[in-house]
Amino acid sequence: MTSESGLSVISPPQAAAPQLRSGAGRSNPLLVLIVGGIAAAAMSLGFVSVAPNRILSGKPVALWSAVDPGVTALLVALIVGLGVSAVLRFGVWRDRFTAIIAAMTLLTTITAAGQAASLVAQASGPIARTSLGPAFWIIAAGSGFALADAMARLTRNMFVQMVVVAIVGGAIALLAASGALSDLSLAREFANRREAYGSELLRHLVLVGGALAGALPIGSLLGYVAFRRPKWRKALFAILNLIQTVPSIAIFGLLIGPLSALSAWLPLLRTLGIGGIGAAPAIIALTLYGLLPVARGVFTGLASTPPSVLDAARGMGFDERQILWRVSIPLALPILVTSLRLVVVQLTGLAVVAALIGAGGLGAFIFQGLGQTATDLILLGALSAIALALAADLLLRSLAAAVTTGASA
Amino acid sequence: MLALLPYSAPIFGWLFPELPRPLYTRASFLDLAVSHAALVGMASLVVITLGIGIGIFVTRPIGRDFAGPVDTLAAIGQTFPPTAVLALAVPAVGYGSAPTIIALIAYGLLPVIGATIAGLTAIPRAPIEAADGIGLSPQGRLLKVELPLAAPIILAGVRTSVILNIGTATIGSTVGALTLGSPIIEGLSGSNPAYVIQGALLVGLFAVATDLWFDELEQVL
Repeated sequence: MTSESGLSVISPPQAAAPQLRSGAGRSNPLLVLIVGGIAAAAMSLGFVSVAPNRILSGKPVALWSAVDPGVTALLVALIVGLGVSAVLRFGVWRDRFTAIIAAMTLLTTITAAGQAASLVAQASGPIARTSLGPAFWIIAAGSGFALADAMARLTRNMFVQMVVVAIVGGAIALLAASGALSDLSLAREFANRREAYGSELLRHLVLVGGALAGALPIGSLLGYVAFRRPKWRKALFAILNLIQTVPSIAIFGLLIGPLSALSAWLPLLRTLGIGGIGAAPAIIALTLYGLLPVARGVFTGLASTPPSVLDAARGMGFDERQILWRVSIPLALPILVTSLRLVVVQLTGLAVVAALIGAGGLGAFIFQGLGQTATDLILLGALSAIALALAADLLLRSLAAAVTTGASA
Repeated sequence: MLALLPYSAPIFGWLFPELPRPLYTRASFLDLAVSHAALVGMASLVVITLGIGIGIFVTRPIGRDFAGPVDTLAAIGQTFPPTAVLALAVPAVGYGSAPTIIALIAYGLLPVIGATIAGLTAIPRAPIEAADGIGLSPQGRLLKVELPLAAPIILAGVRTSVILNIGTATIGSTVGALTLGSPIIEGLSGSNPAYVIQGALLVGLFAVATDLWFDELEQVL
């Protein structure tokens, strides 16, 4: 990573910030590319697509004919502003300016889409559906990425990045709560399933939580065994790796047979709700998946204690147990939290597939939508799953940052 | 396994006596396997060329400005659930193998780009300076020194990507692609556990065999 140190103007809140890469005095070729893409998309592709009802496919409507001229002008001004900031040459201030303009572009685009939907609803009644078009997605993704990139240039501090994400996310939530977006087809799908959404989201969290409850203790134990018994290490990781190699849906499928046989023999299991289909096999499969990253994290973490530190601890009269709990584990904490993050993100994604075996979760909306060719229902499920995974990632990254600064302080 | 499974009807008939059709017959297992492998193969070809290309580009002086953002993008993208990426491709291009290939390429690129950047930036200064010292051009240095040294890490990234994509392609049958996942999905929706097991066994074996093949390849390198 390039680190030009023309950037001592701001004092980074963390001592460990060598990776800032604000090229002071240089223009930003990436941003030029993003703005070019946004401008081309806004001019040539549909901003929203309007369909007479939920199932029929819509016709693309360009930005300037979808919203009020004032909104179009504001959006154009913001995009031009982004373009200007791309060729500015003042390092830090340029990046701050970019971040603010990019955030405003993102929020304005979403507001504009909501307005477009309201105008359609006024003109053609409540059955008409307004979906988000390719130009919307490109503007939203482009400005979101410009924001993320500007933030990465400005600071490596996870807490600052969290606050910015929370502000932008909160503003979007506020927009949604105010009803400004409620005529969008995506919002209608949500409104039609408000209760189901809550319970499927909860179900998703239960699946991930249940799998973590199994994978964390068992995986940690296996990682500890791998650390203590070098002879078993290779075979252990080979088996865990094999489990990870088999596609998730195959594991789900292969568990159906044994579990339904088991519940047929033991009626007690059936009364507990454990059978071939449903949450139980999903949690078991997800637990199996979680074992490798947990075990590898624990092993790597424990093995990373420097020998000199171990010697010092022994010299102070620590026994093996004290060394483990008071030396190795505290030192391994950053690695442990990082592997926790990887596990949580992976399981959140895999739990989507669990809907195929009747375990519910956010995947249920995706597969329902695929079955009904209801694009916005697919979007509802997929975007929620992505948002959940990103939120988990960001939270645990912040935790890792907290642990790292705590450890080095 | 592929050769034997078509003759296994009696076994599955015995295991699941209540099923009228114990063996998946909508398409032959060979067709499913070939179609599955072709999807993953095509996507992997694009992923390897494009991923290594992008990785090389951002580690050269000309593309250095893009290194950080590409890294950020790869990190963010890898948190996206593969199934969500697959599902998002459907509104864009419709049902069939097209969304599957797009999702496989989009999702498979990230580990390859990440590994190529990691591999090329992890090379110690000494061999690079030696290459410059003996008068290799930048292209020569890249081809004869940097890429061979980075090869094991890049290969590990390609392996992750291919194995991941075998799994994602399996779910591709929910959007209409013909893969080894088809019997699984059909079995799940039609309550035919025999179909599920047949598909799951084959796709599991396919993934494990591919993984072992990469093992051999890594030994050779």
